[in-house]
Amino acid sequence: MAKIASAADLKKFQEDYKAKVAARKDKILVNVSLATCSIASGGKAVMEAMKDEATKQGLSNVEFMQSGCMTYCHSEPTVVVTLPGKEPVCFGKLDDKSARELVQKYLKTGELVENVIPVNYVRVEL
Amino acid sequence: MEVAKKQLRIATRNCGFIDPENIEDYLGVRGYEALANAITAGTPAGVIDEIKKCGIRGRGGGGFPTGTKWGFAAANQADQKYVVCNADEGDPGAFMDRAVLEGDPHSVVEAMAICGYAIGASIGVVYIRAEYPLAIKRLVKAIDDARAYGLLGKNILGSGFDFDIELKYGAGAFVCGEETALIRSMEGSRGEPYTKPPFPANSGYWSKPTIVNNVETFANIPAILVKGADWFASIGTEKSKGTKVFALAGKINNTGLIEVPMGITLKEVIFEVGGGCPGGKEFKAVQTGGPSGGALTYKDADVQIDYDNLLAKNSMMGSGGMIVMDEDNCMVDIAKFFLDFTMDETCGKCTPCRIGSKRLYEILSKITHGQGTEADFEKLKSLAVNIKDTALCGLGQTMPNPVLSTMNTFADEYLAHVRDKKCPAGVCSDLLEIVIIPEKCVGCTLCARVCPVNCIAGKVKEAHVIDQAACIKCGACIDKCKFEAIVKK
Repeated sequence: MAKIASAADLKKFQEDYKAKVAARKDKILVNVSLATCSIASGGKAVMEAMKDEATKQGLSNVEFMQSGCMTYCHSEPTVVVTLPGKEPVCFGKLDDKSARELVQKYLKTGELVENVIPVNYVRVEL
Repeated sequence: MEVAKKQLRIATRNCGFIDPENIEDYLGVRGYEALANAITAGTPAGVIDEIKKCGIRGRGGGGFPTGTKWGFAAANQADQKYVVCNADEGDPGAFMDRAVLEGDPHSVVEAMAICGYAIGASIGVVYIRAEYPLAIKRLVKAIDDARAYGLLGKNILGSGFDFDIELKYGAGAFVCGEETALIRSMEGSRGEPYTKPPFPANSGYWSKPTIVNNVETFANIPAILVKGADWFASIGTEKSKGTKVFALAGKINNTGLIEVPMGITLKEVIFEVGGGCPGGKEFKAVQTGGPSGGALTYKDADVQIDYDNLLAKNSMMGSGGMIVMDEDNCMVDIAKFFLDFTMDETCGKCTPCRIGSKRLYEILSKITHGQGTEADFEKLKSLAVNIKDTALCGLGQTMPNPVLSTMNTFADEYLAHVRDKKCPAGVCSDLLEIVIIPEKCVGCTLCARVCPVNCIAGKVKEAHVIDQAACIKCGACIDKCKFEAIVKK
């Protein structure tokens, strides 16, 4: 990786990053909360189940990522799914079965499943 | 579904949105831009002015204005200064700092470098509790990656500014979250506090000017510098700016982490963001400030949460734990719970805290076992006030707060324990009787079969009776009875 040697380098990196994000816009993004508490409540198993099910369903344009705390302790494990051109949707209280169902329904056909967590905050974006 | 958006996420802006182990994700959300702007185009005095102007106060609980603190350290001449991040989060039920470190470690790394530039320090140290292995792992990766990208180390971005960060691990002592004890522990001594002054900003780690800030304070800094002090100062109340992260725990529906603007009312936090108490139970109180704070009740529902309003209500902001209690919680028992914690965690250096906490606990224990008198009630109060006035550090001075606050707000509950020998919430087992209401009992024998000490007698289809002398008040029979025939009295 290239070192960032000046403020101009940083600007350039940000531009390149934007392009990288834009290139992902046709992908289904699955963001799995994997903080200590999310892992303890089964987050890693949910991620594995979703990866496995996505392969089984022949979905090849799914990209998985991990993130930290999504703040919803009451509904762990949680994942946020962003379908191409749609707003991100957060699903909670997942286990192996419901994670697979999430892939079969929302990821594949766009049909919502239960335990959608509504966005109850405004995020300050820089 | 449309819900009210009462929360505003500044310190936790990236938690759950970016991959904490990928520096590119952080750079992509304008990460390290605040640092780059400061060191290549700004001045240390400019940074400090901006932090002063935005009005942010320390998020660890003390609420000291961060910009002023930085100003003190910057004004001191020394061959070496230090930036310390206090990540020794230890309040029961609090996990704000862990969430930030596991979800957005780079924001803390960046902010520490900014602070180093502002005060003239080239070394940063994160004092983090060893019980947070994942936070440590992600923080170490963040520091390594930042170094690999040239955002830490020598001559950052060609500006001539050097800064690097190392980690020190806390071994689990609550008192080490107190800044002077933290510094002692970092130096390899016993984690015992010392009297201030000298304040760490003048003479701290290895007797050099040292800034100790909390994780959440640092996490706010890059956002403040990118969006501007005026933007930050426009959020919150007159004397408390910005937002505060709270960990909502206990008898609350939406357990979790919340970040709300200062000045939000307690009612909004508990009933709107938190969704009230589960099972239709009645909200009784919320403990803010953990073992150093106090209990607020429905009477305080309209209190606007900020540093000064909470102090005025005999509680405190603390680091952000909020433990919610419902009608089934006994306040004397709650006070005893927190005292049990502080009694374990006192370092033992000063007498009021070491012996005072033990004596407070003993009196509370006596009361919950039904052996308390009204004289104990008075003794409890005077001892608590004495400890508050005479203890050496923040831990000891605030340790009696849960007692004083619950005695103040729930005096009737204490008096019920000492005068009537009753626990109104039905928690203190020595003050309870579990009885079977004969009219409701159908004689199904279920209770007798579940009783672990076989103290329930009765024939089939006849009302049963509990032998009070043998009953251990476990409540198993209450849970089992299908006719609501067994009650606590």
